[in-house]
Amino acid sequence: MSVRSLESDLPICFSEVGIVTSGVAILDDISLTFSADAPTLLIGPNGSGKTTLLRAAMGLLPVSRGRITWGGREVSPPTRRAIMFQHPVMLRRSAAANIRYALAAAGVERAEREPRVVELLTLVGLEPLAHRPARRLSGGEQQRLSLARALARDPAVLFLDEPTASLDPAATKAIEDIVRAISARGIKVVMATHDLGEAKRLAGDIVLLHRGRIIESGPAERFFAAPAADDAKSFLAGELLI
Amino acid sequence: MPENASALHLVLTGDPALFAIVRLSLIVSISATFFAALIGVPLGSLIALTRFRGREPVIVVLNALMGLPPVVAGLAVYLMLSRSGPLGSWGLLFTPLAMVVAQTVLVTPIIAALTRQTIEDLWLEYRDELTAMNVGPLRRVRTLIWDARFSLLTALLAGFGRAAAEVGAIIIVGGNIQGFTRTMTTTIALETSKGNLPLAIGLGIVLITIVVLISALAWGARRAAERFSG
Repeated sequence: MSVRSLESDLPICFSEVGIVTSGVAILDDISLTFSADAPTLLIGPNGSGKTTLLRAAMGLLPVSRGRITWGGREVSPPTRRAIMFQHPVMLRRSAAANIRYALAAAGVERAEREPRVVELLTLVGLEPLAHRPARRLSGGEQQRLSLARALARDPAVLFLDEPTASLDPAATKAIEDIVRAISARGIKVVMATHDLGEAKRLAGDIVLLHRGRIIESGPAERFFAAPAADDAKSFLAGELLI
Repeated sequence: MPENASALHLVLTGDPALFAIVRLSLIVSISATFFAALIGVPLGSLIALTRFRGREPVIVVLNALMGLPPVVAGLAVYLMLSRSGPLGSWGLLFTPLAMVVAQTVLVTPIIAALTRQTIEDLWLEYRDELTAMNVGPLRRVRTLIWDARFSLLTALLAGFGRAAAEVGAIIIVGGNIQGFTRTMTTTIALETSKGNLPLAIGLGIVLITIVVLISALAWGARRAAERFSG
């Protein structure tokens, strides 16, 4: 058996977090908590800070102000966190080898890797393409492989950055089905999207961001039925937030 | 080696003197490329993946050294290996080993500079994914070198091409001694000056053929690898 961290990264708490890059505030006064429950969807227009928030929650970006804690700890190596980037980079090897690599990086014993590779490829429906070079897969297949690679880390929390942004409806449905399946397994999903339909289909909680600040957050049902903030009402009405 | 034989005759009949020269040339240039790769690939990777004061001037100098004149490299190695030089007691001057050293000096900056650029570009591409996977420094370097292997093979080819084609460095430290340190390029230079053009042309044909063959092999390996690993 591989030795994995037994400490939980959840809840992930942001306390008055600000991130400034080159003098520009990308996130400002963010306070929120990601708990172990249904998926949290980050929504908002382009440039609202969704990606930066995901990267900060993953621990990839230092904060300029405030603090982030993972399971109450301010320093936490990302052993039980994983992220899928909007434009995932495929390593120059086969689909199976990409997953094998992630398993090795996560410290999974060599003998345990092959069954896990098959399991993960099957989960994302890529088992027949196991030996195809990853860079030769279609966009949707690469997204699914990236998802499998993220799951190879056996994460307690999984961050997804607009995983369906450039996919057709069939590929989008495939990704959403996988997201539901992994959420049902108890993995906390935090996902950025600017597709309101997708947010309605998947979200347990919603965080609406605009210009690096939280406009409104809370249970998805309440958010879509009766948004409180004026900008949230405008956003749901299809108006442009500028 | 008959003085008046035609170039084609020398090549096709497998003239022993000609092939001794070819053999020595290949041993020297391949050895130099091997040692230059041993130094240049780790050095280039280190510069690509670390940040230190004076890094940019180091890169500028390294890139400039790709154009190091062979005679200057030869002169530097000559000064080191000559009797009055710091390594004079080793007695290497005018031996094939001295030629390997000179060509290694010449080729190392080429391999290091091209490796630095290749690894740095790939690191920019892989950085987010490898950081998110919590990949440690050693595994990062191994991954980048492995995934860049076909681009690095081109860097090695560039180094080999430089070594096989140069004459200035090895003629200074090797002395162009018949049957001992005479290579294709030094022989071509000598025989041309003597007016023995068939031998010079024959060696020229062999030299170009070898370089083209090695390039074709590397190209084939790259295409095959792209098909299988993407």
